[in-house]
Amino acid sequence: MSDAGVAHWLVYALAGAGIIGVGLYGFLTRRHLLRRVIAFNVIGSGIFILFGATGYRDADLGADPVPQALIITGVVVAISLTALAAALIARQAEEAGAALLPEDEEPPHGRKG
Amino acid sequence: MPLVPEIGLPSPLLWLIIVPLSALLAAVPLGRRAARSMPIVAVVMPALALWLIVEVSLGGPQEHTLGGWTPPLGIALRADGLSAAMLLLTAVLGAAAGLFSIALYPPRGGDESAASGTFWALFFSLWAALNVVFLSGDLFNLYVALELLTIASVGLAALGSLAAAMRYLVFALFGSLAYLLGVVLVYARWGTLDLDLLGTMIDAEPATFLAAGLMTAGLLVKAALFPLHGWLPPAHGAAPPPASAVLSGLVVKAAFYILVRLWFDLLPALATEAFVQATGALGALAILVGSVMAIRAERLKLVIAYSTVAQLGYLFLIWPLAGGATGEMPWAAGAWTGGIFHAVAHGLAKAAMFLAAGLMIEAVGHDRLDGLAGLGRALPFTTFSFGLAAVSLMGLPPSGGFIAKWLMLTAAFAADELVWAGVILAGGLLAAIYLFRPLNRMLQKADPPELKPVARRRELLPMSLAALAILMGLAPGGLYALLQIGRPVAALEGLE
Repeated sequence: MSDAGVAHWLVYALAGAGIIGVGLYGFLTRRHLLRRVIAFNVIGSGIFILFGATGYRDADLGADPVPQALIITGVVVAISLTALAAALIARQAEEAGAALLPEDEEPPHGRKG
Repeated sequence: MPLVPEIGLPSPLLWLIIVPLSALLAAVPLGRRAARSMPIVAVVMPALALWLIVEVSLGGPQEHTLGGWTPPLGIALRADGLSAAMLLLTAVLGAAAGLFSIALYPPRGGDESAASGTFWALFFSLWAALNVVFLSGDLFNLYVALELLTIASVGLAALGSLAAAMRYLVFALFGSLAYLLGVVLVYARWGTLDLDLLGTMIDAEPATFLAAGLMTAGLLVKAALFPLHGWLPPAHGAAPPPASAVLSGLVVKAAFYILVRLWFDLLPALATEAFVQATGALGALAILVGSVMAIRAERLKLVIAYSTVAQLGYLFLIWPLAGGATGEMPWAAGAWTGGIFHAVAHGLAKAAMFLAAGLMIEAVGHDRLDGLAGLGRALPFTTFSFGLAAVSLMGLPPSGGFIAKWLMLTAAFAADELVWAGVILAGGLLAAIYLFRPLNRMLQKADPPELKPVARRRELLPMSLAALAILMGLAPGGLYALLQIGRPVAALEGLE
């Protein structure tokens, strides 16, 4: 049981790290602001999974509750930031015609995303 | 621990958070009418900060465990001399910027846009978040405070320029994630997030290096250290002047403050020679690049915003300079103290300058430098405030900026670090050049432009901040003594 437990722990932690990597790729390569905000949420989810996985102490003790409490707080923070970002992006798209930063704008035939 | 936690006597640590948080909660339903609460807050907050300073001066560093739950399970609020100084700075700048804003976002009449309804909620949440940062003794609590700060700052920047606010948000999101991942790794490795507890156990090993690197990278983005400063000038240059004053004077300092806590209180064992020198080098480049950009800017608020990039650079010189004169002279902690002096003096002078610029913009209707000619005759009092603030930013005696640079220079010369000394001196010269350009135009003997009248009462606000920046140079003893309370050992012995 304890061996299997350690393996579970590691699987989740590595999955979290992988998700962080995927999100980071999206955050750095995408220009559309909505995609960047989604990438931010992907990275955040990866960090939370990693955090939860590292809260596993051993088979007898089970999970450390502190990371769980902090993850819930972190989720609330991430939701607030996402809401703010979404509101700003909507206004930016209304005013500028595109959900892009001015320096990322390209001629109309430019590439997507 | 008693079963039913004692509530205990009211502590200034708690009230410093409760008051702005209550003002925020009230401002949400009140909307623009929240402007009426500003004069009360402007009196209460400096009084609370002074109360804390008295407690810290008499009783040493203060601690309050929230709900009576002691760390590592609970969260502690802590205040030493450094926290108390930053809290007083926040109270003074917040009061001045808030009183200045009443005319811009009045309870009735004036601008009917949605902005005047949201300004006060954003402003008070900014204030609450700053106070939480300066009182937190816990890495995750700092994360939540930083995020509240980000939301309020981006919101305030959006009142000026939406595109600048978006760019600010993208940078800030990246910084947040890096910091959060670092916090997660610290907890995974050490099992606590309390700064004091971590300080007793943490030591240099791979997971800690990775965590420290991530947290530092995230905070450097938020502190806008060169080359991560790109978001700052457009955001600070476009925001409403009182918002620019708190963004430039305080918000970037919050990230710097956490970096000081991390590296001097918590992680001095991790500081390698290469890291310390690299941080100093980025600070030096920030001084040079920020100053050159300020010299080239053609709008008054953009000059002031680029000057913030340059002035922030000085703060990072304390990494290589701290402990420069180990044990040989009483100024051994001079660089660290000088850095904090610089943060405080720059906060006062920069806020004074943004508020003075705000009045000039209201009077002239724009902030192009070539349109300021003759303003010295039309607005002599505000031009004088601008000049006094410029004296402190250039580091001329007698001013807080002079004391800060003098402390850092002494440390640099004592340690034979002549390159850093040269950078500090060159930075002062460059500041003189970029501030001379607007001042020269204001003092030209030209016919004053057509002006809209400006209330004399509001002219007093930038003047009082600029006067405080000068006063810091005339009577630096009080702040100097305060900063020594709870000063980290590494400030004396240096990093590495």
